[in-house]
Amino acid sequence: MTTMINVEQLSKTFTLHNQGGIQLPVLDKVDLQVFAGQCTVLHGDSGSGKSTLLRTLYANYLPSSGAIYVRHQGEMLDLARASSHQLLSVRRDTMGYVSQFLRVIPRIATLHVVMQPLKERGIADKEAKDRAADLLQKLNIPERLWSLAPSTFSGGEQQRVNIARGFIQDYPILLLDEPTASLDQKNADVVVQLIKKALANNTAVVGIFHDAHVRDAVADQVFSVYSDTSHANDQTPSHIN
Amino acid sequence: MTNTQLFQQDRSNSPLLKVNKLTKLYAPGKGCEDINFDLYPGEVLGIVGESGSGKSTLLTCLSARLAPNDGEVLYLNRENNWLNLYQLSETERRYLLRTEWGVVHQHARDGLRMGVSAGANIGERLMAIGERHYGKIREKGMKWMQDVELDVDRIDDKPATYSGGMQQRLQIARNLVTHPRVVFMDEPTGGLDVSVQARLLDLLRTLVTEMNLSVIIVTHDLAVARLLAQRLVVMRHGKIVETGLTDQVLDDPQHAYTQLLVSSVLTP
Repeated sequence: MTTMINVEQLSKTFTLHNQGGIQLPVLDKVDLQVFAGQCTVLHGDSGSGKSTLLRTLYANYLPSSGAIYVRHQGEMLDLARASSHQLLSVRRDTMGYVSQFLRVIPRIATLHVVMQPLKERGIADKEAKDRAADLLQKLNIPERLWSLAPSTFSGGEQQRVNIARGFIQDYPILLLDEPTASLDQKNADVVVQLIKKALANNTAVVGIFHDAHVRDAVADQVFSVYSDTSHANDQTPSHIN
Repeated sequence: MTNTQLFQQDRSNSPLLKVNKLTKLYAPGKGCEDINFDLYPGEVLGIVGESGSGKSTLLTCLSARLAPNDGEVLYLNRENNWLNLYQLSETERRYLLRTEWGVVHQHARDGLRMGVSAGANIGERLMAIGERHYGKIREKGMKWMQDVELDVDRIDDKPATYSGGMQQRLQIARNLVTHPRVVFMDEPTGGLDVSVQARLLDLLRTLVTEMNLSVIIVTHDLAVARLLAQRLVVMRHGKIVETGLTDQVLDDPQHAYTQLLVSSVLTP
């Protein structure tokens, strides 16, 4: 089994400078290995640090200490020490991320929102369009909506657009933050199929799934995340709000 | 070679702009001090910070329009030669600004010639690099007006008759017509209605992707920075206090000042 991510002694503490320098320790010396073709599910209570761990794997949060080795272009690169330029290259070619929320330039047509990751890699318009259309169809977004901006869509529809955008490229590693949270059973099943297809394609998947049905359908490995302090916080730290 | 291969080769692992210890101070803490960073091909770098933090001074120094007190700006040109910006002659710097570089000003009237037609504004840079054929210049002018979604029928109108958003798009067309490799932008969406702003952001992002442009963009609008820039530099009192991937700096700011900046944003 090929190791795609190797997390060693990862700790993450948030320091809120403008609130008296309060420290919020969330992750304490986490070790985790993620393998190609396997789905690793991060499991734990709300506030246990699942989201923080997932975001740190994507370099969205900065590790306080420890290492995150990711197999990128044939070598294990430590994201904790990588330059911004290297991190961008990892995100472009190696690691995809589906967040809970869709954040895009307003007023752009849904089809183009989904095509964008491919366009950024220099894939021709025609191919990008075909793949985007295929995914939107699978995810039951009616074609008459494709030319509209997703900001006018319902929560579930926006999430499906986000999923299409995440799955449009065959990343070696895919991180999923509750991709089925606001989906009905039928669409959650479509996502399960997409995940299974990615796994068959040897993608390493790391995900948070609150939906037990989805979790049972895809999990190869369950990793429990425990919070070590009472004020550890799984949400975005409060200085953001 | 296919287009994709070309695209990937061009996105090399070598920077095309290096900034070393760049300093321009008007008074202690006023201006910019000890600035270091690299810019890679196809990368959009955002410079954020409150007004007076030295963002614009830095941008002016970087874009060959203000000699620094200290430090250097190195640029790898199309011929693969490293140029030391402030060791070039004034003429060479001006040539660079008309060809491989572009500057988009916050106020379009600083970047446009208000007294001549829109077509002439776009054509000027072409003439500066030796294009003499009137028909060809006009043809390119029309093509670029279309690319920035301006009404081609208004090619002979003066920019003064254009709205703010249209002037900004004309300014962008004027800069991009010579296919620059690096574009410097100072608050390009500042002072525009939000509806116009969204369209301009979309246009900028499309052009950046399609032309594999490197961009340095100064903005005080963190939402604009998030949508356009891959990397951020946060400035305060003339110095860089934090750098990193845009979403990392905005979602997990490390420095007290960045935390304050991020937590002060109003979200509708």
